[in-house]
Amino acid sequence: MGFNVPLWLIPILPLAGAAWNGLWGKRYSERAVGALAVGCVALSFLLSLLAVWYLGETPRIESYGPWIAAGSFQVNFNFYLDPLSAVMALVVTGVGLLIHIYAVGYMAGEGGYCRFFACMNLFLFFMLTLVLAGNYLLLFVGWEGVGLCSYLLIGFYFRKNDAADAGKKAFIVTRIGDFGFLIALLLLYWTFDSLNFAQVLPAAAGFPVETDASGPLTLICLLLLLGATGKSAQVPLYVWLPDATLGPTPVSALIHAATMVTAGVYIIARSAPLYVHAPEAMFVVALVGGVTALYAATIGVVQNDIKRVLAYSTISQIGYMVMACGVAAFSAAIFHLVTHAFFKALLFLGAGSVIHALGGEQDIRKMGGLRRSLPWTYWTFLAACLALAALWPFSGFFSNGQILWEAYASPYGGTGLWLLGLVTAGLSSFYIFRLFFLTFHVTPKEVAAMPPEEGGIEPARAPHHPHESPPIMTWPLIALAVLSLGGGWIGSRFLFGGSDPWSRFIAPAFQLAAIPGEQAAEHPAETELLFMALSLLVSLAGIGLAFLLYQLRPAIADVLQARFRGLHQVVLNKYFVDEFYRFVFVRPIVAGSSELLWKAMDMAAIDGTIHRAARRTSRVGDTMRRMQSGNIRSYAAWVVLGAILLISFLVVWVS
Amino acid sequence: MVPLSYYLILSAILFSLGAAGFLFKRNIVTIFLSVELMLNAVNLTFVALSYHLRQLDGQIFVFFVMVIAAAEAAVGLAIIITVFRNRESLNVDRINLLKL
Repeated sequence: MGFNVPLWLIPILPLAGAAWNGLWGKRYSERAVGALAVGCVALSFLLSLLAVWYLGETPRIESYGPWIAAGSFQVNFNFYLDPLSAVMALVVTGVGLLIHIYAVGYMAGEGGYCRFFACMNLFLFFMLTLVLAGNYLLLFVGWEGVGLCSYLLIGFYFRKNDAADAGKKAFIVTRIGDFGFLIALLLLYWTFDSLNFAQVLPAAAGFPVETDASGPLTLICLLLLLGATGKSAQVPLYVWLPDATLGPTPVSALIHAATMVTAGVYIIARSAPLYVHAPEAMFVVALVGGVTALYAATIGVVQNDIKRVLAYSTISQIGYMVMACGVAAFSAAIFHLVTHAFFKALLFLGAGSVIHALGGEQDIRKMGGLRRSLPWTYWTFLAACLALAALWPFSGFFSNGQILWEAYASPYGGTGLWLLGLVTAGLSSFYIFRLFFLTFHVTPKEVAAMPPEEGGIEPARAPHHPHESPPIMTWPLIALAVLSLGGGWIGSRFLFGGSDPWSRFIAPAFQLAAIPGEQAAEHPAETELLFMALSLLVSLAGIGLAFLLYQLRPAIADVLQARFRGLHQVVLNKYFVDEFYRFVFVRPIVAGSSELLWKAMDMAAIDGTIHRAARRTSRVGDTMRRMQSGNIRSYAAWVVLGAILLISFLVVWVS
Repeated sequence: MVPLSYYLILSAILFSLGAAGFLFKRNIVTIFLSVELMLNAVNLTFVALSYHLRQLDGQIFVFFVMVIAAAEAAVGLAIIITVFRNRESLNVDRINLLKL
């Protein structure tokens, strides 16, 4: 079997880094803090590589003793390494490592350097706990932990009110999903008498398929999906992710693009044996994913903040993955998760590089012509855009193609889902190249010539010699660009003649998730090729349209915008969903808690009762005090009065 | 033989006199004597009833009351003397340091 790396070492290293930097980081130079943070992650990455290298056919389970033992309820500290968690651990540590290196350059000179790296390392600890956990409860610990780190890092610039608010929003919105997750845990224990993957998953595989939507598996799956929609920013709980871009850019890249937000996809893929036995839940999953993908893509088309476009793109792409899970294409979903981690991290880091060069400017309408001054960023960003647009031979092409194919061909899929995916693919390539052309190609002069819009564009701030980022920031970009370019080949079914290394590697993880009873319909390879060509065509069309509208004839874009002014405004304002939520949920809750709970309950009922009781007591005391006049003869009178009362009482009572 | 009611009526008269003195007199020594009067009115009742019921309990109570009265007289007179030394007066209305 070879050498077995103790699994607990993998998450504990970043924890050690977080503890050291958090407690004593201030005593050391930025260099030392950064080196420690990067070093911990690098070691953890190497250990994950080793562990995955020696991973056998069966999942590796390591138990470190009991955690909770209450009667028959027993939960252990145990880690679980199978191909699925192996892939996740590699992505988390690998992409995390590159982003950490980048952040060393990006955060240089910013305040809170050790706080930043402590939080980042802590995030990696929780994320690794999440993906390596051997039972649902330990997974939940990681799940909540990454939420905490996400909150801390979104609100990193806590002096800015909107950043602090965005942190709170992210935390509260994901809590709604976590509630569903928690109930799912209870139901899981209730149904399976265990929370260990090693027991639950085979047991679930032995369940009959639930045909009606009222069985325990369907309920568990839907509740887990609720948790996933919170964490992975799916409709209807996606609203926190666009605001999360207010954190530092490496955070957006690591947490809100590459790793944490894919936790929802991971939990669905992990629970795959449950899902395939609950077709109704599968349909809801596919629907949520497909609708999110399309919906977020349309918003991404008109946003003007570079990081917000990317945030909506992330939501849309995760919707893709969720849709893939919903059609039982778990392998394709995780494949897309990996490629997406590469190119989306790259896009965010590239955007960070641009923002860095322009001194904090994020509005793409004020950018342009950065191609010459930022050559490295330009070329790597282009690679990521092509990958997102799913162009051959970039990684996105393979994963995207697989998902679209499965959406059509899987027994759970259908033409409707496939069309949703296809339109999304077209929109994705359009918005990402709109962003690309506006940022790097159009010269600022042309931008300035565009008619000012609502809110008006200030005259473009002459970028004072935008400069390329230092090598420590460009090297991670190059590494990620190479991965975006080449990462997809491992999943190319045609290159490897029907059995690609990716499917072979990941297959054991989804053995139990074989669709029961149903045999996947055989489709000729020509059909699949035709579908790939079609999606390629759509992507090219999107790019072409973006080229036409923003490079060749910007005037057309303005005319279109003026023509569809109402629609443009609605989409620009994100379909007013935030306003809708504010009106329907936030305002009633705030009003209810301030008027009813605070003023009526707390102030009037509880405090009021106590105050009234105190006031009554003091008034009674004031009255009674007059009996003690200090006058001896009045005391005598009281004594006599008391005696008379006592005697008359006795006389009456006795007789 | 004198009937029981005579004793009880006399005792009630004595007790009422004592209570009235206790309430209305200002001189502290008079008040003190009124208290003694009340105590002895009660003693008279005890003795009368004890005789009437042919039981000794009442007599024993009387002894107790007399002992208490003697002790009280000793303490009370000592207090009165101290008060007089300090205030140069026996009027209770002027012993009013604690007055509201």
